Amino acid sequence: MSARTFYGQALANRLLLGTAQYPSPAILADAVKQSAVDMVTVSLRRESGAQRAGQAFWQLIKELGVSVLPNTAGCHTVKEAVTTAHMAREVFGTKSIKLEVIGEDDTLQPDVFGLVEAARILTDDGFEVWPYTTQDLIVGGKLLDAGCEVLMPWGAPIGSGQGLNDVFGLRAMRAHFPDVPLVVDAGLGLPSHASQAMELGYDAVLLNTAVAKAGDPVAMAIAFADATRAGQAAHQAGPMEVRDMAEPSTPVMGKAFLL
Amino acid sequence: MRVVLNGEDREIEAATLAEALEALDYADAIVATAVNGEFVPHDQRGETTIKEGDAIEVLAPMQGG
Repeated sequence: MSARTFYGQALANRLLLGTAQYPSPAILADAVKQSAVDMVTVSLRRESGAQRAGQAFWQLIKELGVSVLPNTAGCHTVKEAVTTAHMAREVFGTKSIKLEVIGEDDTLQPDVFGLVEAARILTDDGFEVWPYTTQDLIVGGKLLDAGCEVLMPWGAPIGSGQGLNDVFGLRAMRAHFPDVPLVVDAGLGLPSHASQAMELGYDAVLLNTAVAKAGDPVAMAIAFADATRAGQAAHQAGPMEVRDMAEPSTPVMGKAFLL
Repeated sequence: MRVVLNGEDREIEAATLAEALEALDYADAIVATAVNGEFVPHDQRGETTIKEGDAIEVLAPMQGG
């Protein structure tokens, strides 16, 4: 088990799960329980005084007994994201915030300039910021300078299920920030994508749609948890070097000469 | 008095944000509030005055990724 902590929090399960788009609250709850995740992401949306949908949802999450990581999803400006973070801190009672400042709607690519600015404002105000970013090393460095202690590069566009679109970039980020907890956030579609991220040495994966939109979300959540664990174990075991040419695995020495 | 609650016009009688929340059926709900784009912490709702045309945002926990 890696000793890596996330703002001091040890996560036994390195799969972080989103809570949106499940067929029902019961299936969401079962997916969280069966996959034994320690942390889930949540959000804030407008509440109707008459319907109060948010109250029931919050009760459900509290009963699951997991840590919550509120997000600033949908925020396009620094002010929006900072204000949303303050509102989330009060409602959820946590300093943790998954900071999203969206720069472009088709790809939901982060606006990294706004992200760094918002991260600085929030860390100065005592938040523990988990920034949704790209693989850009310079931006990563600026986020650390701003006080972030975790970086969360995207695997692929949110909800796309494409997997790791830029393996080189992710590998470079891992090598460049060897001591920083790194989480691949967004774009994963299959458990093998989670394994691959962990095999690269990432410390956790965060996903939502791949589980929530699966035919059987509970079974898929379990599969992702297993794959995440397998990838983590493989990285710790030390994968072999890739070779260009074949190398016999059966010893050549002592082979009979039968020509 | 007309206010804009979560993007929709509403008629209420309230001097403060706390009174507005009461009038708008949020009395005991777990919500976070903002007025005209500025976060208003829970303990400041009683002293935050509301005037004609103010935009009140009332947010609650929701599913998220």
